[in-house]
Amino acid sequence: METESAGLRRVVLLVATRKGSWLYHGDAERRTWRVDGPHFLGHIISHLLLDPRDGRTLLAAAKTGHLGPTIFRSTDLGQTWKESAKPPAFAPPRGDMAGRSVDHTFWLTPGHADENGVWYAGTSPQGLFRSADGGETWAPFSCINDDPQYRRWMGSEKDGTPDGPKLHSIIVDPRDSQHLYFAMSSGGVHESYDGGRSFSTLLEGMEVVDGFNPDEVTFHDPHCVRLCPSNPDRLYQQNHCGIYRIDRPAQRWIRIGRNMPEHVGDVGFPLVVHPRDDNTAWVFPMDGTQVWPRTSPGGRPAVYATRDGGASWHRLDGGLPASQAWWTVKRQAMTADRQDSVGLYFGTTSGELWMSRDEGQRWECVARHLPEIYAVEAAELAWAER
Amino acid sequence: MQVLIPSALYSYTGQTRVEADGATLAAVLADLDRRYPGIRFRVIDERGNIRRHIRFFFDGEMVQELTQALRSGGELCIVQALSGG
Repeated sequence: METESAGLRRVVLLVATRKGSWLYHGDAERRTWRVDGPHFLGHIISHLLLDPRDGRTLLAAAKTGHLGPTIFRSTDLGQTWKESAKPPAFAPPRGDMAGRSVDHTFWLTPGHADENGVWYAGTSPQGLFRSADGGETWAPFSCINDDPQYRRWMGSEKDGTPDGPKLHSIIVDPRDSQHLYFAMSSGGVHESYDGGRSFSTLLEGMEVVDGFNPDEVTFHDPHCVRLCPSNPDRLYQQNHCGIYRIDRPAQRWIRIGRNMPEHVGDVGFPLVVHPRDDNTAWVFPMDGTQVWPRTSPGGRPAVYATRDGGASWHRLDGGLPASQAWWTVKRQAMTADRQDSVGLYFGTTSGELWMSRDEGQRWECVARHLPEIYAVEAAELAWAER
Repeated sequence: MQVLIPSALYSYTGQTRVEADGATLAAVLADLDRRYPGIRFRVIDERGNIRRHIRFFFDGEMVQELTQALRSGGELCIVQALSGG
């Protein structure tokens, strides 16, 4: 369990947007933020992450409007960047299976703490990739990407979210580098106990859109799955159809979103877990009614928190616009730091970066007028690291 | 032959015109990738398809197949399609 106290490590926010990325370096109190950027102005950056194992290596999942996808690497906290020699790309198709091309890398996850240099990537359309050399070269997981059953579960490239179906929420069990989870929108939640040589579904209890068959894996649409660092047997999930919790080794997800206020509902994209308390999680509900506006419900954005594992939820909107705010927050664009008290951060589809120093009680805007924000990550560095 | 590089690929070549050799579009792109590693994958996907927003013109004529022969001494233009938003 992490027990670091405030001030021992500084927070750097890694903001990935539709038009580039920015780094925001916080002071000791997380009150002022020094901006570093733009990096990759004009490039579509889906995810930007710091390697927690070395505190220096950044990976950025990039493409541009015209060019194909790639991964950029920095080993000096973004002062210089170098492109991966072999970015994620699907293997040639086998037999009569249709070939696919990676449109963009969507999700990045560092490997286990004991596996230096290992990274995982999820792509659109759905593909799982692994790097063993710090992101320089990437190899596909054929047992997923080229498996006929998985390909059927992924649906066609026209299925899934408006800008392409995605593989995301790649999770490495902190106790066991061979125990992996990932999720697909659409295509369900999956796990492996052998480092990715084989996977099985983890769908029981998850609901699907009315009229569809929940026994069909392809109809399951998890939006974001998070594992609790303080209790790796507990995972939370924000799904197209509700908010869920599971306590392993149980196989069944429990729809804790049923306890959300009915007028708000339990649809959304991001979900954030507390670094030290497995009963605490935060979501950012959005309007999923009728044509799925994907805005804050009623134009009144709010975070909702549970402190009891999902038995109850309470609204946290102090400092947020009280009306006529029609933005929302994407699945990678909300995160927490590990300070005491925990800082929460989210970036909006309208290009605003918000933070709370008190676990969501009070919010303030850190930056405005950025491009549409796709991802926000809170990295923590020792003070000497610049 | 001379290859005209679009601005989106300057980060690889550092200049607007570069030299590359090859008897087909595929061969020229392979030579370009040897000289400027990574550039090919940004314009050709892993299935060997020209990416959606990229066009190739050889001496003013559009080239739509990687196998198309290109005569020596001509000029290949890599163009960002007029698309965006």
